[in-house]
Amino acid sequence: MAAPLLEIKRLSVQFFTHQGVVRALEEVDLAIEPGEIMGLVGETGCGKSVMARSILRLIPQPPGKISDGEILFKGEDILKVRRRRLREIRGNDISMIFQEPMSSLNPVFTVGNQMEEVIVLHQGVDRKRARRTAVEMLQQVNMPDPEQVLSKYPHELSGGMRQRVMIAMELSCRPDLLIADEPTTALDVTVQAQVLTILVDLVKRLGTSVLFISHDLGVIAQLCDRVSVMYAGRIVETGPVARLFAVPRHPYTRGLLEAIPPLDGERELLQVIPGIVPHLVDPPPGCRFHPRCAERFGPCDAIVPRLGEVDTGHRVACHLYGNGRGGMGS
Amino acid sequence: MWSRFRREHQWQIRELLLTLNLLSRNASAVAGCIIVAIMVFMAVFASLLSPYDPIRISLAERLKPPSAVHLFGTDELGRDILSRIMHGARISLRIGVLVVLIAGGLGALTGAISGYVGQQVDNLIMRVMDVILSFPPLVLALALAAALGPDLNNAILAVAFVMIPKFARLVRGEALAVKERQFIAAARAAGAKRLWIILHHILPNCLASVIVLATLVLGEAILIAASLSFIGLGAQPPTPEWGAMVSVGRKFLMDQWWYATFPGLFILTTVIGFNILGDAMRDILDPRIRR
Repeated sequence: MAAPLLEIKRLSVQFFTHQGVVRALEEVDLAIEPGEIMGLVGETGCGKSVMARSILRLIPQPPGKISDGEILFKGEDILKVRRRRLREIRGNDISMIFQEPMSSLNPVFTVGNQMEEVIVLHQGVDRKRARRTAVEMLQQVNMPDPEQVLSKYPHELSGGMRQRVMIAMELSCRPDLLIADEPTTALDVTVQAQVLTILVDLVKRLGTSVLFISHDLGVIAQLCDRVSVMYAGRIVETGPVARLFAVPRHPYTRGLLEAIPPLDGERELLQVIPGIVPHLVDPPPGCRFHPRCAERFGPCDAIVPRLGEVDTGHRVACHLYGNGRGGMGS
Repeated sequence: MWSRFRREHQWQIRELLLTLNLLSRNASAVAGCIIVAIMVFMAVFASLLSPYDPIRISLAERLKPPSAVHLFGTDELGRDILSRIMHGARISLRIGVLVVLIAGGLGALTGAISGYVGQQVDNLIMRVMDVILSFPPLVLALALAAALGPDLNNAILAVAFVMIPKFARLVRGEALAVKERQFIAAARAAGAKRLWIILHHILPNCLASVIVLATLVLGEAILIAASLSFIGLGAQPPTPEWGAMVSVGRKFLMDQWWYATFPGLFILTTVIGFNILGDAMRDILDPRIRR
């Protein structure tokens, strides 16, 4: 197998707050292959956004601190590069779409002005060429009448249009990796579907890899090639979407999938995972999920399980599958 | 060309019309506007409007009371006071505008840097601003003008320096709010430099409040500059500066009341004009009160 495009190794991020040190990410491993869409799923507050922002070093420091690990992008450690190189990587090689399309654009400039700026900045072309590129990109995201849209101010566009503008803008410089941090959470369902279809079409055509962050399992199942499940700052399970959804191994993943109400059949009480997400100032020892886990046993509250392979490309961090050394399960 | 401009800027045009509409329905704003408009008109057309040369000496005409020939009378060298006041409007407005440009530019920039960069830089800049603010503005301007030497341009620099903290503090506060908005994170993720973000994202979003403050500071700057000229640290004779005229006219106040009174009245009305206009603009441009 070729070297992954992005490889995150043992990434740990902490936030120093008044309540204590929040361990937002602990020894997270993640790899994204060229051209693949990797889903990252988990509950609110489990560290998905922190992960996304860490990749571009957008964590506010202080209070945040990337305390350990490597983020290898094409073999280059993003955490170690100089400022100038970092700026080149941002936008040129890796770009990012944010959750709130409402506030992702500067309200005092027209859409065209902002799109052209980004293109001029990264491609070093003149304003006229930049405008043509902007029009082309808007056509690529199925925007009707791109010229008209370019002369508008952000508040004149709907949420879905703004998010499409953001997609066009972020992909205009042909990045190798796009980080999409819950890009459709703020949109209503029909628009969400439309925007996602456009996004996936476009990245597949351009061959862009995507790290797609969401808490919506349905969305992840539809568009991702592989998926990683996060719980309380750790990755608990990762694998190809079809396998992982068909045969979820980690009790937490199983709980998540069971919590989806069935479309058919009788109305019954929703399945829930008992308990709440632990506060990350003082996470439980051992496996962070053990206080809520129905299947916990001996080592769970003492030893941190490592990710171990249970099937081809399907890895789980759970003691049920042999203490994470990749032994028993496979 | 024009239709394209209108289409591309339709939003700004709409905003501008709304602002003007609100302005016209606000009595004090209208009054302020009229006063300011008169002053600007006088300043621009001073050489056409003024009946006499403001610095031509004619000793035969000295200290004449107001009459049909000399509407505001003449001074101790026989110069027409009305003409001098008209040309003085030019100087006062120039002072006001230059002070606002210098102080507004530097203040907004340092404020934006302070708010956006934060931490030690913020601390350093804001403590320096606190030091400047801890002096009464007139006293500090006076000391600076004295140190730089009596000259109108030095007075302008001194007044501008004193006004910097006002802009810096205002913009810093706005910048703190603006920098948390997502388009700043998006710009950073797109690889924008800090200076670029400050100039293209932070400052334009602070512009509305800077304009309001600029209007208020304009009046104050004119007053302080006139005060400096009054003590002899600003405009030098024979420049027809209002403060300098009041200063000389003071000696004649007992017998020739018109000499000091008219320039003084003009200082008063101009400053009041800018102040009520600024106050009204603050209300109108505040999006929470608007609509």
